[in-house]
Amino acid sequence: MTLLEQFQLWLGGIWPGWAAYLVPAIVGIVVILAFILVMIIVFIYFFRRVLGRFQIRIGPNRLGPEGIFQPIATAVKILLKEDIVPAKGDKVIHWLAPLVVFVPVLMIFAVVPLGARAILTDLNVGILYVVAISSVSAIGIYMAGWASNNKYSLISALRTVAQIVSYELPVVLAILGVVLMAGSLSMTKIVESQSIPFILLQPLGFLIFFLGTMAEMNWSPFDLLEADSEIVAGYHIEYSGMKFAMFYLGEFGHAFVYSCIIATLFLSGWQGPLLPPVIWLLIKVVAVFFVMVWIRATLPRLRVDQLMAFAWKCLLPMAVINLFIVAAEMLWLSEITPWLLVAVNFVFAGVLVLLWSKLFNLGGGRVEV
Amino acid sequence: MKFERYGIGVVKGMALTFKHLFRPPITVQYPEQKLNVSRRIRGNELVWFQDKCTGCATCAKSCPQGNIVIVTHVGSENNYVVDKFEIDTGRCMFCGLCVEACPFDALAMGRSYERAQHRRRQLILSKEELQLSDVRQPSGYARPKIEATLPKQSLLIYWDRKEGGQKLSWLALTKKRGRGV
Repeated sequence: MTLLEQFQLWLGGIWPGWAAYLVPAIVGIVVILAFILVMIIVFIYFFRRVLGRFQIRIGPNRLGPEGIFQPIATAVKILLKEDIVPAKGDKVIHWLAPLVVFVPVLMIFAVVPLGARAILTDLNVGILYVVAISSVSAIGIYMAGWASNNKYSLISALRTVAQIVSYELPVVLAILGVVLMAGSLSMTKIVESQSIPFILLQPLGFLIFFLGTMAEMNWSPFDLLEADSEIVAGYHIEYSGMKFAMFYLGEFGHAFVYSCIIATLFLSGWQGPLLPPVIWLLIKVVAVFFVMVWIRATLPRLRVDQLMAFAWKCLLPMAVINLFIVAAEMLWLSEITPWLLVAVNFVFAGVLVLLWSKLFNLGGGRVEV
Repeated sequence: MKFERYGIGVVKGMALTFKHLFRPPITVQYPEQKLNVSRRIRGNELVWFQDKCTGCATCAKSCPQGNIVIVTHVGSENNYVVDKFEIDTGRCMFCGLCVEACPFDALAMGRSYERAQHRRRQLILSKEELQLSDVRQPSGYARPKIEATLPKQSLLIYWDRKEGGQKLSWLALTKKRGRGV
């Protein structure tokens, strides 16, 4: 029973039924929304400072102690900007697109467990819900690209759809490996089943899931839809003011939510000694996000054909093989000690990554279409 | 076994950027920290030495803009006494021709570069404002004697001469700085 349900039950004894149902729901939603928005602001600050250090800069440090108020100043600046809509754009869709991008990010958070019982709704198909909702933002980006009446925006929108559809497959297959081991689709059950974090039991699955989610949230080096050097700013060229801020928040919200999901699926979520569960989750989330910033600071952007080839020729076959390996292990080797599985799976992961990188360097490292 | 084309490049790159985390930042925090400008900078101002000036108006003649206004009268020792010496730095392009033209080294370019004003008329500098003060120091432009007294320019990155000119070094702004690249 989650904390919210307990609250509902307790309130049901005092208040009429409909109020006891509505009030805890609203309280839970408000708390979660506030948590997400604060965390997004923290992430933006963290991102700018850490990226600065990666580039031997300092990053924003003027406003407030160590620049912690810089995201707020940025938000105020963006709010005050003029909202420009293209004259020949589709005005309704242009208005709707930022919401369609941003709202799914908030919706995913309904099933992320912050503690043993601190979860908004403990869906029994939690991870399926995540997969379903997270692909909605692709539609939002497509809407933005279409409604802007701008060729670069449209190119960006088409790229996004191709990219997200391609990377959805390996991500879902990697999730299936986790689900096989956990024996449940519910996020709380997945966390509870991780006495050993699944990153150790399925290193290959973690790698595939990590790269796939990075591509799905259009994080550099997969940020083809924003490729500044090719298509200026992609789908948000024609956006300014608060609408642009929604895209910006959506990007970092995606980063936060996917970090949460990676931490939940592979890094044993809120589990950990001594510290309270939320702190453990946040530590893991920040660690995952740090690796994302690290990758963003290092790797150059892929070409379009390289991106597609990476999804279909590299991640997808590896994800299928990973799924088979995990299934076989669960079927025949479920009795043996898990640490043996850890060793076996690390060997498998290493061999497969080496094999696939060999396949990829045909033609002197050039990837054929 | 060589790992040349097995994705080792990605790992190498990641290791390199990770090293960057532990390097001191190269940023100069401008209003608090300032670099030494070039010793021969033509900063956004001029310095006028009243005792050296004979009022010959060579500077005014050499000025391509005609910015320098100089009014004199004949003094008791049959010399020029400067009544008015004005430079409109709003129209000045800091070419330095007046400084080069001065036969008595009475005019020099300044070293400062923070001369922004709120009003255009504040940019017209009078005789009193142009004189040497704490904030108005002369640069070594066309004045080798002044140049010899000034500190050397500090660069963010420079060739380390001790290492045979082969190594790039950073400026040591703080104690943490100055480690080799």
